[in-house]
Amino acid sequence: MSDDILVDIEDLHFNYDGRPVLQGINMKIPRGKVVAIMGGSGCGKTTLLRCIGGQLRPTGGRVRLERHQVCGMSHAELYALRRKMGMLFQFGALFTDISVFDNVAFPLREHTDMSEEMIRDLVLMKLEAVGLRGAHQLMPGELSGGMARRVALARAVALDPMLVMYDEPFTGLDPIALGVIGQLIRKLNDALGATSIMVTHDVQESLLIVDYIYFVSQGRIVAEGTPDQIRASTDPFVHQFVHAEVDGPVHFDYPARSLREEFLSGVAHG
Amino acid sequence: MNRSVLDLWVGFFVALGIAALLFLALKVGNLSSAHLSETYVLQAKFDNIGGLKVRGPVKSAGVVVGRIADIRFDAATYEAIVTMNIDGRYRFPKDTFAAIYTSGLLGEQFVGFDVGGDEKMLNAGDTIHKTQSAVVLEKLISQFLFNKAAEGQDQK
Amino acid sequence: MADPAALLRKLGHAVTERVWRLGFAARFFVAIIIYSGASFRRLHLTLREVFFSGVLSLLIITVSGLFVGLVLGLQGYETLQRYGSTEALGVLVALSLTRELGPVVAALLFASRAGSSVTAEIGLMKATEQLKAMDMMAVNPIARVVAPRFWGGVISMPLLAALFSAMGVLGGWLIGVVFIGVDEGAFWSQMQAGVDFRFDVWNGVIKSFVFGVAVSLIAVFEGYDSVPTAEGVSRAITRTVVTSALAILALDFVLTSFMFRGA
Repeated sequence: MSDDILVDIEDLHFNYDGRPVLQGINMKIPRGKVVAIMGGSGCGKTTLLRCIGGQLRPTGGRVRLERHQVCGMSHAELYALRRKMGMLFQFGALFTDISVFDNVAFPLREHTDMSEEMIRDLVLMKLEAVGLRGAHQLMPGELSGGMARRVALARAVALDPMLVMYDEPFTGLDPIALGVIGQLIRKLNDALGATSIMVTHDVQESLLIVDYIYFVSQGRIVAEGTPDQIRASTDPFVHQFVHAEVDGPVHFDYPARSLREEFLSGVAHG
Repeated sequence: MNRSVLDLWVGFFVALGIAALLFLALKVGNLSSAHLSETYVLQAKFDNIGGLKVRGPVKSAGVVVGRIADIRFDAATYEAIVTMNIDGRYRFPKDTFAAIYTSGLLGEQFVGFDVGGDEKMLNAGDTIHKTQSAVVLEKLISQFLFNKAAEGQDQK
Repeated sequence: MADPAALLRKLGHAVTERVWRLGFAARFFVAIIIYSGASFRRLHLTLREVFFSGVLSLLIITVSGLFVGLVLGLQGYETLQRYGSTEALGVLVALSLTRELGPVVAALLFASRAGSSVTAEIGLMKATEQLKAMDMMAVNPIARVVAPRFWGGVISMPLLAALFSAMGVLGGWLIGVVFIGVDEGAFWSQMQAGVDFRFDVWNGVIKSFVFGVAVSLIAVFEGYDSVPTAEGVSRAITRTVVTSALAILALDFVLTSFMFRGA
């Protein structure tokens, strides 16, 4: 039933500088689920996320969010839609000139008419949910990477969005912070009744928390399934990815001449 | 940065800037003596205005009483028509004599009013009929040389 | 030996790049104007930028103005006393400052101090994805970040130029009257007779306003258009200072030829 599907991506194409980045992506993201999009660096997954959020205009195909066609929207319509979305950027992207409190209060102050007392209560509740209520006076420069990302998460969910997007949420975190973020993503999704899309290449953490996984390679979906299906998969690409194998469908060696030619031909090349 | 401290500094900055502008306008420039009072228009016709320029002063007894507003050429009488804005506080008699003087030896040129004794005053828009043109240096020199030559001739 | 065809192609490419960028800058300027509503409805945004651009430039502007005035006084006296015209020192210093040095030098200093700082701010926000985050939160970064900084610069510039000229006149007075001994009365009276408010002072204010628009636009544009890396931001800052300097001097020529034409 179409009501169950929050985000419907049909035959999405995107070219950058003539180079094809996305070559026919088809995805259906159901309401209330946490979905991961995985793949190696440069496979196009971040581009995909940007197309869903309307930051990039695809060269072909459609993205439908609820009843709205994201691609043809005017600026004002897109902004109205974005108020129902939250996005967590890779390193948090907190506003460095204002405090943690003001960062989380930012969307509330910009988009609602709430009084300062109400905003204060709401901000502290959001910070409490990520475990940083006591840090609300600090400046972003005083936070560790993991803490900054948690504050950014609190900011992303400040307006109780229906869709939350995560751009590489696990990158550069220590194991404890990794676990914390992972748990928060799951808990917040369920508590808000929201839908989450996560772009990542952290396999182990993702398999623990998500409901469905898409594997992207060179602009195409090469595999998909629930965590159990993925763990049991025999697809060589999935297998290489999940078990972190050095060589497989994604080659170890960069394309080069044969060893014989390189070392025994006797001609030096600059 | 606390918002009220910031506002204080910005207010101080803007006040300082405006004070500097006022200083420049009043103490450095001539705004205070500029004709903020009402002016009326007088005209005068000259055979030759020399180096007279628009915005040059109009003086009487050495005091600035007005400014030159416009200089035009009269194609009918082949004269220069000078339009002046005169300070409304001062009225001049109908037989006022307008001459073009030079301040100093090589300074800027201005219109000087020499007043007569007429009881009737000039009204706004009136034209001054008694005028003396500017002294053109070349004519002066050629006149001097001509006189010298004539003298030499006489002595022979 | 470089291939001439390749050189020409590079030259053509450089020119088209510049022209394209100029067009983009023009559209950016229009966008700033269109989205300036928030800068004035939420005045504290703009006032904050007036503080960072204007108030924090006060020191460099006043000190530089004083020094320029001192030098003008010294050089002016040195030359004038050869013609016995030292009473003209006041009018010399005042006219040099109000017509040219005040607007131009103050604008150059402003571009170096405040312009580069604005470019750095916006460039760093771009490099750390803060602008994108704002956009994703449905807040227009041009309205919220760029326009207030633009108007902060435009408001600050004429005030700073006036301050520069005023400090310069004081510097000239300090050197000429207090230290060298030029007659104080002649100094001020000749100045007041020689400096016309509309012609000299007001034209100088118009110039500083135009420079303010140019420098502020260049500063915000270079920051917004910078490559989002550390190296990209530093190159953008250099471009701001260099482009601002060229723009100021070129505009100065254009404005001067309009304003001071054969008077």
